Amino acid sequence: MREHLPALQVLLPLAAAPLIVLARSPRFAWLAATAASYGSLVVAVLLATEVAASGSISYAIGSWPPPWGIEYRVDPLSAFMLVLVALTASLVAPYAERSVAAEIPADRRYLVYAMYCLCLAGLLGMVATGDAFNLFVFLEIASLATYVLIALGPRRKALLAAYQYMLMGTVGATFYVIGVGLLYLMTGTLNLADMAARLREVTELRPVLAALAFLTVGIGLKLALFPLHQWLPNAYACAPSMVSAFLAATATKVSVYVLLRYYYTVFDPWALFERLPTGEVLIALSVAAMLVASVVAVYEQDAKRLFAWSSVAQIGYVTLGIGLDNQAGLTAALAHLINHGVAKGAIFVLLGGVALRAGAGALGVASLGGLAARMPLTALGLAIAGLSLVGVPGTAGFVTKWYLVLGALERGHAWLVAAIVASSLLAAVYVWRVIEALYLRAAPAGAVRGEAPAPMLVAAMAMTALCVYFGFETSFNVGAAREAADFLTRGLR
Amino acid sequence: MSAAALLALCLTIPCAGALAVALLDRRPNLREAASLAAAAALVAAVVSLAGPVLAGERPSLRLFELFPGLALALALEPLGLLFALVASGLWFVSAIYSIGYMRGNDEPRQTRFYACFALSIGAAIGVALAANLLTLYLFYEALTFVTWPLVTHHGDAEARRGGRTYLALLVAPSMLFLLPAIAITWSLAGTLDFAPGGILDGRVAGAAAAGLAALYAFGIAKAALMPLHRWLPAAMVAPTPVSALLHAVAVVKAGVFCVVKVAVYVFGAGFAADAFAWLAWAAGFTILAASVVALRSDNLKRRLAYSTVSQLSYVVLAAALLTPVSVAGAALHIAAHAFGKITLFFAAGSIYTASGRTQVSQLDGIGRRMPWTMGAFTVGALSLIGVPPCAGFVSKWVILEAVLATGLWPMAALLAASTLLNAGYFLPIVHAAFFRAPAGEAHGEAPLPIVIALLAAAAGTIALFFLPELPLALARGVAGP
Repeated sequence: MREHLPALQVLLPLAAAPLIVLARSPRFAWLAATAASYGSLVVAVLLATEVAASGSISYAIGSWPPPWGIEYRVDPLSAFMLVLVALTASLVAPYAERSVAAEIPADRRYLVYAMYCLCLAGLLGMVATGDAFNLFVFLEIASLATYVLIALGPRRKALLAAYQYMLMGTVGATFYVIGVGLLYLMTGTLNLADMAARLREVTELRPVLAALAFLTVGIGLKLALFPLHQWLPNAYACAPSMVSAFLAATATKVSVYVLLRYYYTVFDPWALFERLPTGEVLIALSVAAMLVASVVAVYEQDAKRLFAWSSVAQIGYVTLGIGLDNQAGLTAALAHLINHGVAKGAIFVLLGGVALRAGAGALGVASLGGLAARMPLTALGLAIAGLSLVGVPGTAGFVTKWYLVLGALERGHAWLVAAIVASSLLAAVYVWRVIEALYLRAAPAGAVRGEAPAPMLVAAMAMTALCVYFGFETSFNVGAAREAADFLTRGLR
Repeated sequence: MSAAALLALCLTIPCAGALAVALLDRRPNLREAASLAAAAALVAAVVSLAGPVLAGERPSLRLFELFPGLALALALEPLGLLFALVASGLWFVSAIYSIGYMRGNDEPRQTRFYACFALSIGAAIGVALAANLLTLYLFYEALTFVTWPLVTHHGDAEARRGGRTYLALLVAPSMLFLLPAIAITWSLAGTLDFAPGGILDGRVAGAAAAGLAALYAFGIAKAALMPLHRWLPAAMVAPTPVSALLHAVAVVKAGVFCVVKVAVYVFGAGFAADAFAWLAWAAGFTILAASVVALRSDNLKRRLAYSTVSQLSYVVLAAALLTPVSVAGAALHIAAHAFGKITLFFAAGSIYTASGRTQVSQLDGIGRRMPWTMGAFTVGALSLIGVPPCAGFVSKWVILEAVLATGLWPMAALLAASTLLNAGYFLPIVHAAFFRAPAGEAHGEAPLPIVIALLAAAAGTIALFFLPELPLALARGVAGP
């Protein structure tokens, strides 16, 4: 059994989806989705401990040895990502029932859970696989499921958002597949490790460079790398609340993983960062994301869109860390996947609770007025998670910021330090608009008193507590991130 | 109990106090008792640390390893002890005062007020006990955020506006300047621990050192160095006990404390000439300019706030000289100004509670109706001017001595001019209060708790003049061997 864990990781949620569709009962659907999430977490943790103990695991699907068959490969980086995705799923799924029940008509609820399981399977698969084309398949599974999830959102605008995302996402996936095709052309293999080894011998530069460009743009679209982020705010704002929470903490993060995988393993022999201005381009785009998206968030009136724009900015922190291409920067990038995941997850779950109490519809910043009196715990959670987005010391966000600043100093870019702190200052402005509304503004007319349902609150508070916990006890987030960063900078071999 | 455990206790007591206050929401008498008990317990804990520290012990405690080689840690040295003693002692006095003020003025949301008050003191104590820059930064930022609910206590448009200015002008500098300064220090020195003699010696020099010192001096906006002082007048929208304890003692003193700490334990005496020379002049400018603004303010709390801005720069100036005498003077002035200024704010709140008056021009003859209040006000004012037998005389004397020893004659003249300005904005109030005929409706003294606290603070101001042994010993310990 133990040796089949990598396959089980993907199979659990993948198998849950058809069961849900067959059963059609919302209750069963929710239970199955929750069980699949918990199961994935158990598997992911088992895999992570095994990788930590005895190094990377290679698993041959159908016992076809790589590079001929499809290889699943779990190394320190992918183990880290598997835990992150499964953990988020396990935090979000239990709370979903009430929120989905409030936002989605009864006859469509099972669909949400089925799509959620497919999406989870796709995301886990993207991380677990060591095969470029298999990765594309999982990318499409996850993406298609995501389009449906967003389209199921309670507002009519959700359809438009899903359509927008689908257009952009399809372009991204196509670019990815073109990139893989070019690489296959040059190396004759689809196994990522094998591809990396054979790229050494490739002398023809142009197709490889073209592949790199296609892959970067394709994956960049999926991870909402500025300026390819246009789909994200609407998608997050219009999706059902639980979906926003899940996607905000996982979807773009997995794409970041794919980018890292290509940059540091496949293209590694190419000395990507030395020979090409990859770092400079990433840094420039990231700084633009951090500043521009934050400014947009400052002026945004809709609470969910505000935090969605903040996600674009926070993804900028991650890509900035990658662009810095040093130990501190990569640690920041990877740790921020967790740090931002818990903070944004908490915020979207809490906003889900607010939406549930206020009735569906647009959730303006103004409608959060006086929330501290009506939903004191929700308000406190939003405030703490918000402070983590700002990067106040004592929260998880600070840990990222510290490593980013150190990484920038190490590169000798003083102006980057200024950009980082300026961006967190902008974050302070948009977060404070929300906090001021929560604590100092008058409540809108007809507001009801009372906290969100207990399961939602527990999930959100757990994530909020993690925001603070990771700000003090950093052995998990930074420890794992450092290990993965070490692994990347050392290279695969 | 071991000294290290006492350090942890010093942080725990205010937090536990805040929790108790929150839980006793519906029992006001018990709630106030809890806040008094927490204050008393904190005083006891800090005082029991005084003996070991004076005997040369430096208790320390590691809390969390945040980054490899960089932990959140506590350590107590004389300067921190002095600040902790002042903050905890005056918390107790303010706790008494707050009861009279909050009830006398029928203020809303009192539970939140007392809870945040306790947390603020906890953060200030954390600043005092910090063993390294990272810990200091953590508590420094925490202090900003937990005082915000107190500044915006009234919740109206004016409070929101004041709260925004307060937050913006404290958070922006600390993010834009202080955090990079700390990161640069870390990358230069490989450590952030406060160490006698500094950690930057031989690692940075000349213009770079001056630049780094500037990042620190302006990053620590709580020290209210001009032009980053405007948060302090903005904070005056808060209820008076907040202005008194936090914006005359805990918050602003945390600011100048950080400046002294950075100057002495991060840079060290070797940097006096190349890194800090400009800072002494910047502080000198603030001393004069803020005094002039104070002179022109009719609102009493605003006048006191600008007086605070000016007095804080005495500490910054003394820290910037970086001689043993000047550092001792800085430490002493932290204590002396705390007692004097809290007395004055208490008096302002007392006047507001008894008569509803807020403007200097309304205070004619008020000394005849409120003799205790205005008597204490006079003591506080004399202390800030630097007249014996008040605490302010001692600290100003030591600072002047240090300035003269460095031969900076223009600086000495500047201090003399400032003393005249201090007299110029305080003495007319005293004169009007006692020697002009009272006007308006008759009223009596403020509620008893207010008067008790007021007199205690005034008595402390005088006691510090006659019994300066403890602060002097601590101040010498900072400059120390």
